[in-house]
Amino acid sequence: MRIVVGMGSCGIAAGAKDVYQAICAIKKTDDDFTVGVTGCIGMCFLEPIVDIYDDKKNLLHRMGNVRVKDVALIVQALRENNPDRLAPLCITPENADFLKKQTRIALQHCGVIDPTDINDYLASDGYQALQKVLKSMMPEEVIEEIKISGLAGRGGAGFPTWFKWDAARKAPSNTKYMICNADEGDPGAYMDRAVIEGDPHSLIEGMLIAAYAIGAQDAMVYVRAEYPLAIIVLEDAIKQALDKGFLGQNILGSGFSCNIRIKAGAGAFVCGEETAMLESLEGKRGMPRLKPPFPAEYGYNGKPSNINNVETFANIAWIINNGGKKFAALGTEGSKGTKVFALTGKIKRGGLVEVPMGMTLREIIFDIGGGIRKDKEFKAVQIGGPSGGCLPASLLDTTIDYKALNATGAIMGSGGMVVMDSSTCMVNMAKFFLDFTAKESCGKCTHCRLGTKRMLEILSRITEGKGKEGDIELLEELSYAIKDGSLCGLGQSAPNPVLTTLNYFRDEYEAHIVDKECPAKECTELLVYAILADKCTGCTLCARKCPTGAIHGEAKKLHTIDQDACIKCGQCVDLCRFAAISIEGGSRHADN
Amino acid sequence: MNDCKCKMNNDLSLIKDVLLEYGNTSSNTITILQKTQEIYGYLPVDVIYHIAARIGSTPAKVMGVATFYNQFNFQPVGKYLIMLCQGTACHVNGSQRIEKAICEELKIKDGETTPDGLFTIKNVACLGCCSLSPVMMIDGETYGYLTPEKTIKILNDFRKRGQKTCEL
Ligand SMILES: Cc1cc2nc3c(=O)[nH]c(=O)nc-3n(C[C@H](O)[C@H](O)[C@H](O)COP(=O)(O)O)c2cc1C
Ligand code: FES
Repeated sequence: MRIVVGMGSCGIAAGAKDVYQAICAIKKTDDDFTVGVTGCIGMCFLEPIVDIYDDKKNLLHRMGNVRVKDVALIVQALRENNPDRLAPLCITPENADFLKKQTRIALQHCGVIDPTDINDYLASDGYQALQKVLKSMMPEEVIEEIKISGLAGRGGAGFPTWFKWDAARKAPSNTKYMICNADEGDPGAYMDRAVIEGDPHSLIEGMLIAAYAIGAQDAMVYVRAEYPLAIIVLEDAIKQALDKGFLGQNILGSGFSCNIRIKAGAGAFVCGEETAMLESLEGKRGMPRLKPPFPAEYGYNGKPSNINNVETFANIAWIINNGGKKFAALGTEGSKGTKVFALTGKIKRGGLVEVPMGMTLREIIFDIGGGIRKDKEFKAVQIGGPSGGCLPASLLDTTIDYKALNATGAIMGSGGMVVMDSSTCMVNMAKFFLDFTAKESCGKCTHCRLGTKRMLEILSRITEGKGKEGDIELLEELSYAIKDGSLCGLGQSAPNPVLTTLNYFRDEYEAHIVDKECPAKECTELLVYAILADKCTGCTLCARKCPTGAIHGEAKKLHTIDQDACIKCGQCVDLCRFAAISIEGGSRHADN
Repeated sequence: MNDCKCKMNNDLSLIKDVLLEYGNTSSNTITILQKTQEIYGYLPVDVIYHIAARIGSTPAKVMGVATFYNQFNFQPVGKYLIMLCQGTACHVNGSQRIEKAICEELKIKDGETTPDGLFTIKNVACLGCCSLSPVMMIDGETYGYLTPEKTIKILNDFRKRGQKTCEL
């Protein structure tokens, strides 16, 4: 038998390293089981996860939320060859459904194989696709197979992958570059990290096949600076692939040579945009270039280059092994295959979800994700990150499809899916994204640089209760001007979070501007704290602790809060033992 | 920030190997700056001048590149760099409360360092552990499911550890 601990970044953050070390510490050399590690299986809500496999690699048991104190029992059960004793630690059938409702292609090996050992990948048909391509396919045939699959870029825009490869292949030059975009800038998405940490060889294999198809001998992976573990895992995987002859000179005796280098990003969202990434790779400020010329003609160091996202590459080997047709059989008319989403926020079962295109948002959030935490009401889902939008409950039956999602004003994006309940204020959410894009704008285009700042100022004043009549119209006007006046996708899509919230949650903006009220009770400046006459016992605790002395009252008598002195710090609410302090979203309610 | 704490007589030989390996072309500027920061903890001005001369660029150009990226520090940072996630998932799950707790506990704001040189706090956009939000990273370790109380406990643990190593 084999004990396998999930050791992705998320698993480690949840305590997997301690569990792993505890197992290793009590394991004896004559024990009849082995201990191994794997990447993130995507069931992040159950981390740390420990799996038990039999000698034929069948999964016997999957345990969730394992603590160090459980380790003794696990080891004991294996020594007694009685894994059934582990039943109390095992995940519930309901939680196991999280995986059953998915279709895994890009994530097929994540959380299953040991990412630190190339042999594990080889045993799962790893590098078979590369061998097939090098031995029996012309570059044109590879591109044709990808064309049949209908694979579109998973980094955001959804551009047909074969088309970019074809253009790069046809570009006249002896020097070409294959680049992987692992900048994963959407704050709230982490599938690229999971693939690199959990299945680095599928990325390497995908990149090599792509490099062969376009005729590149040099490849680079631009990894986000915040992903230290991913860089370590990938470096190690590249070394092992070199040792086995899958990388480097004359790969598998085919005459095709290719090297892969890692470049660590330095923390700039705009560098996820492909032309900005090229500038950054060249050691410059990451400012987007004017297109055309496209990277396929004029890319890294002015040479033809192709840039694809990690998840795009992770699909390639599967397509070559199983045929483009099989991939295209999944999905909808216009969107083929599967897409990975990072389901987070106020969701019960948060994690990585890979589903066929065509599934609805409702199925992902409720059937797979289990709905909202504490069974609260669903309010909105944010998809597409800073370039995307917030969709309301009425659009839950929208399907995962590039066109269908664009029609709502959001985008497919890279796959961030942040779920919100009634406690999230939509105006504040829009402000959050504008704060992000205003900071991350590279400054090249005036509309993006200054327009996002002005929008942020307007949103800030609305959330502070200083919104004016006409602010909504002003936001809309600025939104369209920024879209028109920006060179790259950052500016062109920056207003989307505002436009979608204005479209679907306009009443919330109006409540802030007209009634000076935040219905979600999130915007601090608008909140009104009041003491409930029927609950207050006059214990004086709040009055004594209030940092501004805003609470008055005699002992054993009803206290009151001086609204002008109150700074809305919320301390009194935490302190009060009688739940006698109410919070209202605005003064309109408090007056009643 | 009126009293600049940069030293102007840094030991330039510390980056000799870095420059030997990467200094032949300006396309490695970012890598050189990253390795330099690993060595000094930040990018001192005199070191930037030195790098510029060695890669055949100008200090202004190198500085221009460095200031474009969030990763680079131009002031010494604390022994422990707290990277507090303010990404979307963490925002929805209350990262502002964590920021408030840290700032009140350490009496510093985003980007600042405590007077004892132990902690620097930096807001970042996503640490890729969104399912455990809110999240922070200190010294390469990620801490998830933060509450204000848990955060302060973690800071206290680091404080003890930091003071112990100072005594040695
Ligand atoms: C502001 C901005 C940020 C982007 N960030 C990313 C990113 O983090 N990861 C990514 O793969 N693509 C990102 N993209 C999309 C890339 O420009 C590019 O379309 C993509 O890497 C192409 O790969 P694909 O065809 O495989 O999707 C971003 C685009 C823009 C405009
Ligand atoms: S949003 Fe905080 S870790 Fe991703």
